[in-house]
Amino acid sequence: MSKLNSKIPDGPLADKWTNHKASLKLVNPANKGKLDIIVIGTGLGGSSSASTLGELGYNVKVFSYQDSPRRAHSVAAQGGINAAKNYKNDNDSIYRLFYDMLKGGDFRAREANVYRAAEVSNLVIDHYTALGVPFARDYGGTIDNRSFGGVQVSRTFYAKGQTGQQCLVGAYSALTRQIAKGTVTMYPRREMLDLVIIDGKARGIITRNLVTGEIERHSAHAVVLATGGYGTIYYMSTLALNSNASATWKAHKKGAFFANPSFVQIHPTSIPVLNSYQSKLTLMSESLRNDGRVWVPKKQGDTRKPNDIPEDERDYYLERRYPAFGNLVPRDVASRAAKERCDAGFGVGSTGLSVYLDFRDAIKKKGKKVIEENYGNLFDMYEKISGESPLETPMRIYPAGHYTMGGLWVDYNLMTTIPGLFAVGESNFSDHGANRLGASSLMQCSGDGYFILPYTITDYLASDIKTPRIKTDTPEFDAAEKEVSERVKKLLSINGNETPTSYHRRLGKIMWDYCGMVRNEEGLKKALVLIKELEDEFWKNVKVAGKAEELNQELEKAGRVMDFFELAKLLCTDALNRKESCGAHFREESQTETGEAKRDDDNFSYVAAWEYKGQGQEPELHKEELKFEYVKLQERNYK
Amino acid sequence: MNIKLKIWRQPNAKSKGRFETYPLNDVSSEMSFLEMLDYLNNSLIKDGKEPVAFEHDCREGICGSCGMYISGRPHGPQHRTTTCELRMREFKDGQTITIEPWRAAAFPVIKDLIVDRNAFDKIMQSGGFISINAGAAQDANSILVPKKNADEAFDSASCVGCGACVAACKNSSAMLFISAKVTHLAQFPQGRIEAEIRVKNMVAKMDELGFGGCTNTRACEAECPKGISISNIAKLNREFFVAKLKD
Repeated sequence: MSKLNSKIPDGPLADKWTNHKASLKLVNPANKGKLDIIVIGTGLGGSSSASTLGELGYNVKVFSYQDSPRRAHSVAAQGGINAAKNYKNDNDSIYRLFYDMLKGGDFRAREANVYRAAEVSNLVIDHYTALGVPFARDYGGTIDNRSFGGVQVSRTFYAKGQTGQQCLVGAYSALTRQIAKGTVTMYPRREMLDLVIIDGKARGIITRNLVTGEIERHSAHAVVLATGGYGTIYYMSTLALNSNASATWKAHKKGAFFANPSFVQIHPTSIPVLNSYQSKLTLMSESLRNDGRVWVPKKQGDTRKPNDIPEDERDYYLERRYPAFGNLVPRDVASRAAKERCDAGFGVGSTGLSVYLDFRDAIKKKGKKVIEENYGNLFDMYEKISGESPLETPMRIYPAGHYTMGGLWVDYNLMTTIPGLFAVGESNFSDHGANRLGASSLMQCSGDGYFILPYTITDYLASDIKTPRIKTDTPEFDAAEKEVSERVKKLLSINGNETPTSYHRRLGKIMWDYCGMVRNEEGLKKALVLIKELEDEFWKNVKVAGKAEELNQELEKAGRVMDFFELAKLLCTDALNRKESCGAHFREESQTETGEAKRDDDNFSYVAAWEYKGQGQEPELHKEELKFEYVKLQERNYK
Repeated sequence: MNIKLKIWRQPNAKSKGRFETYPLNDVSSEMSFLEMLDYLNNSLIKDGKEPVAFEHDCREGICGSCGMYISGRPHGPQHRTTTCELRMREFKDGQTITIEPWRAAAFPVIKDLIVDRNAFDKIMQSGGFISINAGAAQDANSILVPKKNADEAFDSASCVGCGACVAACKNSSAMLFISAKVTHLAQFPQGRIEAEIRVKNMVAKMDELGFGGCTNTRACEAECPKGISISNIAKLNREFFVAKLKD
C-alpha cells in the first residue's frame, strides 16, 4: 500500500491547486529548449499537452497512428463540454460542478482531482473560444449553454452535435502553430509498441512506422500518454475502430499501475445493432435526451409502429422511475434501465434490443425548426444509417460500450507509478470515478493538457535540467527494440486460419456478455476461463497476412488484439474483486430492493491499482483509500 | 446481392498500380460500404491473398480518414456522405463498382486506396490558426460574436479534411479546404487580426505544394461530404484581394 502516494496537497479543497501550483518548481526558458518531451496521441489531451508544452519552449515530439493529428477520436465527441461559468445564472459554481462529477462518479474519485478539473474548466472554455471554436451563441453574441445528463443546471457548451470536432480543430490549429514554429515535431502514422525505461525513469519509446514497417527509437526526458480509452475491448463500441489500449498496456507491463480497469461506461444512446456484419455502434449524443423522451410499449412484444401506439400505452420508464431527473439521469442508470426493459421483453425493433427516443412532444412544443437546428447533424447521421427520419419516427437506441473511467493510475501531478511517465485524459483514471457524466470528458482531457500537466511536468523536469539529451544507443533501447521486433515476427509466423478481427469479435462478445453492463461472480469467473482459452487459440491459430516491412493493417490489428486479451483478464479480475456495485460497475449481488447500484463504502471506498507481475502471474492489488472530507457519501439518488 | 469490384492495387508508393477485379457474393444491402470491404478482405485473406489497404477510423463520418473514388465519385453516389456512412443499399445487384484512391499530385498513393494527405497539414501550418497561447485568453463572453457569424464559422469548420474537394477538382485545387479555414477564422474578431497574412500564406503554400488553381467548376462543393459551400471560396477571394491590395 505504501507504494501509492497520491500527493494530494493539504489545505482546504478550494485552495489545494492554488497552493500546490505555488509549490511546484519551475524551469527557466533557456533550459526548457534542452528538455525533450514525448507525447503519444493527438486527441484533445495530446494536442493540448503538446501545443502548450511547445508554447512553453520545450522540445516536443508528438506521435499519432493517424495521418493527421486532427483525426484523433476526440473528434467524435458530440454533445458538449462542461464548465462552471454560470452564464445561465442558474446558481452554478465550481463547487456544484465538482459535486455533480463526484456524485455522478458514485464517490469513487478523488475529491481533490475532481475539484481541480472543475476549477480549470472555465479556462478551457476561454481558450477554445479564443482559438476560434464556434460554440453555439445567443442572438446577443454571448455563448449559449444547455443541460446534460445527471445535473440540474445548464453548463454545457456545445457546437451543435459536433463539439468534439470543433474543439479538436481548435486544439489541432494550436498544435500546427507550434509545429510550424519548430517547437513540436509531429510523427504521424506511428504506433507506440513499447516504453523504454532507463534507471527507473521513462526515457523513450519504440514505435513502428506504419508506412514502412520500420521499428524506430525515440528518446526524451519525459513521456506523456494521451492515448484515450480501451472501449474497443468490446469490439463493437462507439469508438473509432483503430482506438486501442496498446500504449497504456505496454506502460502497464513496464511498471505503471492500472487503476479501476473494470469501470467502463456503457453509453445509453447508441444506434442499435442492425445487422450481423456491423463493425461499430454509432453514438447518438446524450444531449438528445434534453428533448427526446425515452419509452417502450407497455405491452410485451408490441409489434405496432411507434406512432400507432397511443399515449396511455407507452411506458416512459425513465420518467416513471426517476421523476426528478427523468430522461436526464446519468448514463449508467439510463443504460441499465434500457437493458432491464429489453430483458423483460418490452424492447422494440426486430431484435427486441432497443428502446424509443421520441421527439414528437418536443417538436410540438418548440417547433421542427428549433429541434432541427439543435440536433440536425445527429438526425442526418441516424437517417443515413437506419433509413428513418427522427423527425417522423422515434429513434431506436440501445446501450453500447463507450468510455473507460479506468486507466493508468496517476498521482495529483498526473504522473504514473513510473517516474517521468505521465498520463492525461481518458488514458488516466483520475477524475470520473465509477461513471463519467456527459460533457466532462472534453473538459477533463483539455484541462489536463492545457492547465495541469504543463505545470506538473515542469516540476518533474526541474530536477532533470542537467541531464543531457537521452541517447538511443543504450542497452535498454536495444532490449526494447529486440522484444518488439520478435513479437512482430512471432505474430507473422503463426500463419493459422483466423483473422485478428475474428478473434477481436469473439473476445468482445465474451466481454459484453460477462463484463458489460451487468456482472456477477459466476460470469466473471467463466469469462476469465473463456478469455484464456481464446487467447491460447489466438497464439496458435491467428493468421496475419502480409509482411513486417510494409504498411500492414492486419499486423496492426493483431498487435492490438494481443494486448486486449491481457487487458480483458485484468478487467474481469478487477470486476471480480470489487464485490460492490458503483456507478457503471453493476454487480448483481449488490443491488438495492429497487434494483439500483448498492455501494459498499466500508469495504470498497478505494481505488484499485493493479501491478503487473509478469506473464502468467496474478496481478497484485494496491489500494488507495479514498478520503472524503468535503462531501458526505450518500446513495446516488436521481429520483 | 452479388457485385463485382474493380479495385486499384498498388503495393507501395514506388511501384506501379493496376486494377484487379474481384467478384463478391452475398453482400447484404444493410452493410456499410466499408463493412463490404471488410467482408472482401476477409475472403481475400482466407484465399491467401493480400487484403486491400484502405484508410478508416471513426466510421461515423467525422474523422475524415476514409476517402476513395467509388465509381468515379469521391465518397460514392450519395450526396453529403462520407464513404463510411455509405450503405450498400445504394447499389444494385450485379453492379460493377470501381474503387480508386484519390488522384492528385499533392496526394501521392501510399498503398492501394491510401494516399498521403500531409499537404493539408502543411497548409494548416502556414496559417490556419489564431495565435494565442494557453492561458492568455480573456473570459469567453468578453468576445461577442453575432450568432450569424458563429453559425457560419461552424459550417466552415465542419470540414473534416478528407480531401474529396481536391479529388473532385479537375485542377486538384485545395481552394475549398483553404477557404473553409480562412472563412471560419475570419468570422471572429480575434481571427481578423491575422486574416490578411493568413490568407496570403495559405494560398502561397497551396501553390507551392502542387495543388492547382480554382476555375469555379463547383465540383468540390458538389462532392463535399460535409456540404461546405463554395461561397467560402468567394469569401476567400475577397480576403485575398484586400490583403494583396495592401501589399
